[in-house]
Amino acid sequence: MTLVLAADGRPLKASLNRALRRQKLRALMLIAPLLIFILVSFVMPIADMLFRSVENEIVVETLPRTVATLDGWDSDSGQAPDEDVFTALYFDMVLATEYKTHTRLGSRLNYEMTGISSLFRKSGRGVGRFDTDTYTDAFQAADPAYADPAQWAAWMADDTVRAALPMTANTYDAWAKMIIEAEEDVPVEEVPWDFVFTSLYLEVIEGAEPPVALNLSGVPLVNLRDQFADVDEDWLDPEVWQTIKIYSPEYTNGYFLNSVDRFKGVEGAEVRPENEQIYITLFIRTMIMSGSIMGMCVLLGYPIAWLLANLPARKANLLMILVLLPFWTSLLVRTSAWKVLLQQQGVINDTLVWYHSTWFGQLLDPVFMGLLNICYAFVNVITWVWNVLNGIWGGTDGLYLDWAAAGFERLALINNQTGTVIAMTHILLPFMILPLFSVMKTIPISYLRAAKSLGATNWTAFWRVYFPQSVPGIGAGCILVFILSIGYYITPELVGGTKGVFISNRIAYHISSSLNWGLAAALGTILLVIVMGLYWMYDKIVGIDNVKLGG
Amino acid sequence: MSALPSYATTGQRIWHYSFRVICGLIFFFLIAPIVVIIPLSFNAENFFTFTPEMLSLDPAGFSTKHYQDFFTSSDWQLALRNSLKIAPVATFLSVSLGTLAAIGLSQSHVPFRRSIMAILISPMIVPLIISATGMYFFYSNPYIPTPFGRIDLPFTLTGTYWGVVLAHAALGIPFVIITVTATLVGFDQSLTRAAANMGANPVTTFFKVQMPLILPGVVSGGLFAFITSFDEVVVVLFVGSAGQKTLPWQMFTGLREQISPTILAVATILIAVSVVLLIVVEVLRRRSEKLRGVSPT
Repeated sequence: MTLVLAADGRPLKASLNRALRRQKLRALMLIAPLLIFILVSFVMPIADMLFRSVENEIVVETLPRTVATLDGWDSDSGQAPDEDVFTALYFDMVLATEYKTHTRLGSRLNYEMTGISSLFRKSGRGVGRFDTDTYTDAFQAADPAYADPAQWAAWMADDTVRAALPMTANTYDAWAKMIIEAEEDVPVEEVPWDFVFTSLYLEVIEGAEPPVALNLSGVPLVNLRDQFADVDEDWLDPEVWQTIKIYSPEYTNGYFLNSVDRFKGVEGAEVRPENEQIYITLFIRTMIMSGSIMGMCVLLGYPIAWLLANLPARKANLLMILVLLPFWTSLLVRTSAWKVLLQQQGVINDTLVWYHSTWFGQLLDPVFMGLLNICYAFVNVITWVWNVLNGIWGGTDGLYLDWAAAGFERLALINNQTGTVIAMTHILLPFMILPLFSVMKTIPISYLRAAKSLGATNWTAFWRVYFPQSVPGIGAGCILVFILSIGYYITPELVGGTKGVFISNRIAYHISSSLNWGLAAALGTILLVIVMGLYWMYDKIVGIDNVKLGG
Repeated sequence: MSALPSYATTGQRIWHYSFRVICGLIFFFLIAPIVVIIPLSFNAENFFTFTPEMLSLDPAGFSTKHYQDFFTSSDWQLALRNSLKIAPVATFLSVSLGTLAAIGLSQSHVPFRRSIMAILISPMIVPLIISATGMYFFYSNPYIPTPFGRIDLPFTLTGTYWGVVLAHAALGIPFVIITVTATLVGFDQSLTRAAANMGANPVTTFFKVQMPLILPGVVSGGLFAFITSFDEVVVVLFVGSAGQKTLPWQMFTGLREQISPTILAVATILIAVSVVLLIVVEVLRRRSEKLRGVSPT
């Protein structure tokens, strides 16, 4: 077999491979700028959010010594830890107060146990007034070298002193760092603070060799545990310490447990008390409401898509404008329209009241009341479903039922689930009609005629022949509408009140009001996983390449 | 749905007409809320419903005072200026990068095509609140992750003009990718080969042959990106500060706090804008189909 050669004398196969490689490279070079842009401006922020939902460095960063000594404490003992943990806490607290990080840690731990925030704030103020200044005075009275900043700096640069007094060296270094960073002073010009003397005192009475010998027998020990207890009794509460210990690792699943109404106890995950469970209900409510919106969109979108697909092109194009106009109109315009329409004194309620005052409305009431009774009978049959839904949905009957129950007065259409479902159905309806339309466009109407000519009734022809072919469109539209509605924020926020809000409103609340960012990130991660699952399904069923915009 | 045949039974007749009525009602549901806004914005009172004067078409019931309010209020004018400053730049970014990438993606041998496409489309799928949350965290303290630890960048993007522009550009990219790749599907590659054959270099080929043909797709992708940025409020609420207050932001806070009728005037103006955009996109779509030789549907 002879090798086929290209014009330049290379084997054709190698030449082709080279050309293909070059083509691939060129394509990737064209894509690369955008890919990098998206990675930086979009993917990394999402990754950062995912990271934040488990990240918990604040405890160990703010209280490093306390966390280390707390390892030796038995959290089941029912007792607060002993003196050396409080000593470590004292050092950490003084430093944290200067860096002003103790309040942040307090609010972080307050999410897990109410009251810790004020405990930390109080202790931050109290920790500077501890009786440990007696140590400082004793040292400085015994030898003036202890009051000389330069002398301190010289000691702490000396390796033998450091080896003899490891704890003092550690606190001095932390102090010096703090002086530079937080106070913007020079350590060589400042006398170390009380807590450095405290650690020196503790080491000396343990038998370590001080840099300048002195007699400390007359200096009483300051019990730091009592000092903390004086500031706030809660420091003796073992539950506070349990909380600190549970949340001391750098990574935690605590936020995720919180977002499914559990909490991290000593034994592991525990269920929250009934009255504090909100998130699972909220997730289920978000799902049910998105499902209702999806269902409404199918009900309203299917006839429209059918009509548009089967009308002559000229008429269909004209009617298509009525679908595309809402699609192109600003989301806030549509939301404000609904806010205006649905109000207590809004156009719809005005019309309802006017309609009921006419002879026409009065005449039709008995007819609708008759229908109402049938509805009630139907409702009674499925009471058990109704009861389940009621808890989550908040109990909205049919609109006419509501109106009848309200004595044909004005209806509460806004700031509840009804408002959210109505407004969002309107907003998302084009997203259902457009994919449905593009699928129905491909179904030949002659199939229906063929079915009918073979003896099928209108209904059979539709249900057995037309409908199965339109199912891909329904699937595509449903997933699209569901994905879009499950993460909606603006419309529920404006027309949903308190009961008609979604999980995204809760996320926004945690970011801007309660500042519990970790919980917001965890809730966001769960929502993201759900949406990505649906996205994957959409890709399998429809293919992302086939997403169409505007018909 | 074709016209009713002459042999239709009474039942079919009733169904035929009631189906039209149902469709009419659904169209009414789609369009009425938008249309109702327009006359309400000319209300002489500060009400959000039709006054008796308006219903009797009395000229005294109408006024343009809410429009005057919009054009004289410094808050609204600042918001309008901000929107007009942010949206075009974000659109330019997403169109220029997006078009290049779409051309790259449409070549025949692209490795990882599906995954790249999924990443590029994801800003459209990920709920805005999640994008906003992530951007709020990351833009306030941007960093480069390395295997040795993270390098914090010495600037912050939250509350800055460029932060909002960057975020909006990311959100607009999927629309550009989708519309431009759709236009490129029908693109005849032999045209570029013909151009090369006649001695044109790749750059000339791109601007003289490929660009004019895909231009309608690029422009409508750009319009989508523009409207995405112009209409976006969640991300700007989180990433922006009071200095980047855009029109939708101002509307959102207005609707949440003290709802003022000026919002209706703004809404009417925005409706007019969207009508214009809709017409432009439709014209472009038809033109593109004609250019590419696809029969109009």
